Amino acid sequence: MVERRMPGSGRERAAVLRNAVGIGVAVGTYGLSYGAMAVSAGLSAWQTQALSLLMYGGSSQLALVGVLASGGTGAAAAATACLLGIRNLFYGVSLAKLLRPRGAGVLPTAHLISDESTAMAIGGASPASARFAYWSTGTVVFLCWNLATFAGAMAGSLLTDPKSLGFDAASSAAFLALVAPRLRERGNQLVFLLSCVVAVGASTVTGSGLPVVLAAPAALMVLLIPAERSPRPDAKARVSGESSDGRKVNS
Amino acid sequence: MSWVWIGIAVAACFCLKLVGLLVPERALSHPVIDRVAQAVPVALLGALIAIETFTVHHRIVVDARAIALAVAGVALWRRAPFLVVVVLAAATAAVLRWSGLAG
Repeated sequence: MVERRMPGSGRERAAVLRNAVGIGVAVGTYGLSYGAMAVSAGLSAWQTQALSLLMYGGSSQLALVGVLASGGTGAAAAATACLLGIRNLFYGVSLAKLLRPRGAGVLPTAHLISDESTAMAIGGASPASARFAYWSTGTVVFLCWNLATFAGAMAGSLLTDPKSLGFDAASSAAFLALVAPRLRERGNQLVFLLSCVVAVGASTVTGSGLPVVLAAPAALMVLLIPAERSPRPDAKARVSGESSDGRKVNS
Repeated sequence: MSWVWIGIAVAACFCLKLVGLLVPERALSHPVIDRVAQAVPVALLGALIAIETFTVHHRIVVDARAIALAVAGVALWRRAPFLVVVVLAAATAAVLRWSGLAG
């Protein structure tokens, strides 16, 4: 359970920091997997680390590596990473109201946008606590993600035959873990099945990671199914329980 | 992957974050945009899972990876933590290959 309405700013801040560290550790397990998968997909250790420092988006980075691992081109990998980064555009809209960044402060604010930092900021009881939650969570998660990437890349570099250790299967499992919480909604189930069919079908005719990009319009099918509940922002859903179990983080 | 594509992807991802902070809120708040935006990651991750699990060089192949994915699905259904899910899937594929039961 994420504690976020503790009375008194000292206790509230301590609770936020505790949560931030817990989330950081969970994100670290993603970072380890990402680092190891990235080097076994053919990225250099420098490229692997540069993406964690500069792109800083778990699902974008994992997807980029996934496209490369399945034989895709750099262009297809970059396009897939950008499509997964669209979510951050909407997080930015929610965060602008809460954080009100000014001048050049908007640059570090933008860089630290992630599922976790957004969720923690939205959970803050007041603008001041939202800002504290955003910066503390953002910083801790950024550090954990990068340290874990480094450790994962080093470990991955030592592997001689990633396939014999099942690394290709680990990558699909990681994606399934990222998407699983969203598959409770019927509209998303339809999108998921259709995108699987489109991608596999397309991969028999075209190559180079293009099938993943071609499957993106399947997202429009969600509009065929009426919304089950009033749509709630992704990040809020996560605060209410999914970030604390360490499973649905840094997607 | 070349550094050029990495640079382009990094710049584009940063711009998405920055634009979100800078645009007026009304520009993007529409229920239809919201639902589609939330479904885009589902479509992309679904496509990645399907391609990584069921294809090899433009051919449809069912092998150890499909069984590993099924194991991961059961682990997720049982609410296993992320690392457990990933390690279980990798171990399943590794054992199946090592024992020669599936390629």
